Amino acid sequence: MGNQQAGVMRKPKPSRREILKGATALALGTVFASPARAEAPPPEAITPQLIDAAKREATVVLYSAMDLPVGEKLGKAFETQYPGIKVQIERAGSERLFQRIDQEFAANIRAADVVSSADASHFIPWKRNGWLAPFVTDDIARHFPAQYRDPDGMFATTRLWLSSIAYNTGLVKPEDAPAGYADLLGPKWTGKMVKGHPAYSGTIMSTTFQLVRELGWEYFEKLSKQRVMQVQSSTDPPKKLALGERAVMADGNEYNIVLLKEAGQPVEPVYPSEGTPTISGPTGIFVNAPHPNAAKLFQAWLHTRETQQFLTDFTAQYSVHAQVQSKPGRRKLSDTKLMKEDPAGVEKMTEEIKTRYARLFRV
Amino acid sequence: MTAKEERSAGTMTITGNLDTPKAKIDWTKPVLWLFAACLVVLIVLPLSWLAIYSVTDKAHHFTLQNFVTLFTDPDFLDPLLTTAIIAISSAVICCAVAAPMGWLVSRTDMPGRQFIRALVTASFVTPPFLGAVAWELLAAPNSGLLNQLFRFVTGAEADEHLFDIYSMTGIIFVISCYTFPFVFVLVANSLDNMPGELEDASAILGGKAWTTARRVTIPLALPALVAGALIAFLQAMTLFGSPAILALPAGFHTMTTKIWSLFQYPPKLELAAAAAVPLLLLTIALLQAQKFILGRRGYSVVGGKYGAPRRVEMKQWRWAALAFCLVVLLNPVFLPYFALFNAAFSPNATTLVTPSTFTLHNIVFVFTELSSTQLAIKNTVILGTATATIGTMLALVIAYVTTRRVIPGSRILGFLATAPVAVPGIVLGVGLFLSYTRPPFVLYGTLWILLIAFLTINLPSAYQQLQAAFATIHPELEDASRILGATRLQSLLRITAPLLRTGVIATWCFIFIGVMRELSAAIVLFTSQTKVISVLIYDLNESGDLAAISVLGIAMLIITFAVVLAVNRIPMFGANASARLRNG
Repeated sequence: MGNQQAGVMRKPKPSRREILKGATALALGTVFASPARAEAPPPEAITPQLIDAAKREATVVLYSAMDLPVGEKLGKAFETQYPGIKVQIERAGSERLFQRIDQEFAANIRAADVVSSADASHFIPWKRNGWLAPFVTDDIARHFPAQYRDPDGMFATTRLWLSSIAYNTGLVKPEDAPAGYADLLGPKWTGKMVKGHPAYSGTIMSTTFQLVRELGWEYFEKLSKQRVMQVQSSTDPPKKLALGERAVMADGNEYNIVLLKEAGQPVEPVYPSEGTPTISGPTGIFVNAPHPNAAKLFQAWLHTRETQQFLTDFTAQYSVHAQVQSKPGRRKLSDTKLMKEDPAGVEKMTEEIKTRYARLFRV
Repeated sequence: MTAKEERSAGTMTITGNLDTPKAKIDWTKPVLWLFAACLVVLIVLPLSWLAIYSVTDKAHHFTLQNFVTLFTDPDFLDPLLTTAIIAISSAVICCAVAAPMGWLVSRTDMPGRQFIRALVTASFVTPPFLGAVAWELLAAPNSGLLNQLFRFVTGAEADEHLFDIYSMTGIIFVISCYTFPFVFVLVANSLDNMPGELEDASAILGGKAWTTARRVTIPLALPALVAGALIAFLQAMTLFGSPAILALPAGFHTMTTKIWSLFQYPPKLELAAAAAVPLLLLTIALLQAQKFILGRRGYSVVGGKYGAPRRVEMKQWRWAALAFCLVVLLNPVFLPYFALFNAAFSPNATTLVTPSTFTLHNIVFVFTELSSTQLAIKNTVILGTATATIGTMLALVIAYVTTRRVIPGSRILGFLATAPVAVPGIVLGVGLFLSYTRPPFVLYGTLWILLIAFLTINLPSAYQQLQAAFATIHPELEDASRILGATRLQSLLRITAPLLRTGVIATWCFIFIGVMRELSAAIVLFTSQTKVISVLIYDLNESGDLAAISVLGIAMLIITFAVVLAVNRIPMFGANASARLRNG
């Protein structure tokens, strides 16, 4: 695949993504952090009228990249609060979701109401294409920092999480555990690691981008010689680790590791000395959502203080809602050295990452 | 369902209506032409789009660059080579295992022959992707149950393993496990139908057992074996399910997973279409080679009243033979199902469940929390039933047209009905996607496009089965009916179809199972509202939810068995149909 994609890039035949990029004279870096352009609609509250209208639609279809058991837990919480509205979750890796949404829109199919991606860069082309509907709630307007909500009200960052290293405590002693990315390149871990794939998972796409930025492609060149077990989603490495299939996770969802550890599984997160890649997951409503009111209700509910607190407590992710408290005993974001996320940068580099990665890891 | 009622009704009225010719208008030709037209659209439309796409670039200009890339880029050459190795090895293994088993079951007095046949059916019903997941649970190098057992027994270090399913050998093994039933069924059926007189004649003329086997039995079984090897090769070559689960962790691509990766954004459908062409050409070449090998020698074995074949007495080897069959069946049936059941009730997919750790959590999760379960089950059952019913009717008519040469161009119809066998499901998915997302047929997003895909994929085997069944029924019966004034269509419905009951029902079940097994086209064509179980299982595998897969997989098998049993028990249609046929 690698060479083919390289071929595409060599020739003056830009991908759809690139055409869209060129078509808009929008400074990409400012999309996330420019309150100056803000023309978001006035914030809305959850009104009885909205609830009634949503109940008449009876269903909300959520395209989500969140770990499935975690996502379904969230869906059930919504169904409990609003009986009569079913949450149908379509879970796949963000990069697969992106491709599917593209395919469905091209064929004029409007199946998705709400999308919650693990690759924030996807919202840039979606917004540019006019696929997203503006919708802002009181909570989003008042309690979400400006860099975590779209100035035009098209999406808001529902959750933050980390992509960390981790190890199986049954197979690795704490004193032997890797302390950072540099340690993973030693002969000690050859054939003993598992990681996700950036062409399937948004989390791994962002992780790869941040690691390339901080450590350079040399890191991945060396890592690719370590006979790493390659899986698709960032939710899979923690599970393979818990099964003891591999001793060390080179990347994957930290929240899965925390949840597994709290459930008594033999896993332990490592926050790399070089810094831990940070991922943000925005959520937005599609402009032609088949269940527009249920979509609004879900989006509003998802960003309330209560739901954000629920998300923090029960899914071990982080909220940017100003009033949410971190769960006692859990590590705070401020305790961790973080790598900075950069959705606009990811968007520019997506093709290069997929191509080079596929060439290095041969899959 | 209506088709079945119609046919059973036809059965009941055979005697009543034969002497009252009443057909004023013969609808035969128009109906047959309609079926032929359907078939042409069904097959030619997606294949044409594939052909066009394979020689165009993104800007819709003519180019051969796709093929240059395909045959010069190591990113494509490696998967091509890998696929060739996998397909050849699987075909050889399947024949080596299935041929002796088929012989034991069909021609010896080995105990438990029906039981072995049932178990082979069980492995046939198991979708290859489910088998791959089960073997992940068993033979992943570190967490696999068998490797844990190995370390427990030998006291080996934590990193040592006996099996590694994430390897080329692992993939060949898993593919063979779920491909060998194709060879087995062909060989066993051909041996079942072989007239005992020929072997008796050889024995009477003084041929020793081995001479008889060499000069009579093996040559007569050869076509079935060659056909079996070919089918195994094609299956292994075009299979997506097992490689989709195992190839990524194993660190290489097969042609089908490579084609699937071409769907990653931005999709490169032109290359995907081009990548299908070598597979297509190879298939056609192989089918021609099969004809050449078997030549013009006659192999017809059903001609008059032959006696049942003699059974070879195994004497003291009877139980050893049974043991051999059971050991073989450990791999596709016993071990995988053990692993799936264990994972379904265990809190940790690869830890042996004990009374204290036994949990229903996974079942609760799949049936109450997982929001797409019900939709996927509903869609799968609807599609399975509809595809099987329509597919059987279509295959029946085409088989009739080609065996009886009713309309001109029947050979072409036969070719068209067989052509999809050469197209990997995932590539056919691309072709169908290209065909049915634009006017006049905008079907993407509906169950119709999946119905068409499953119909197309299952048509070749359905057609082959029914054609073989037709070949055993002498046209004189139909001729009698026609002389008495029935139209062709009437005689087909009233005479031939009832005589074909067993073949028809087998074909129906075969297609239904085929739909349950199908992942490769579905993965390209599904949308959130048209999800099927196989796609749901693939998604669950992506996120590593092995326990949920086990629960869904078991549910899927229960549904399949329930439907197949129910269909076989429909009065006048399934139950005792073969006995009826023989007595009548």
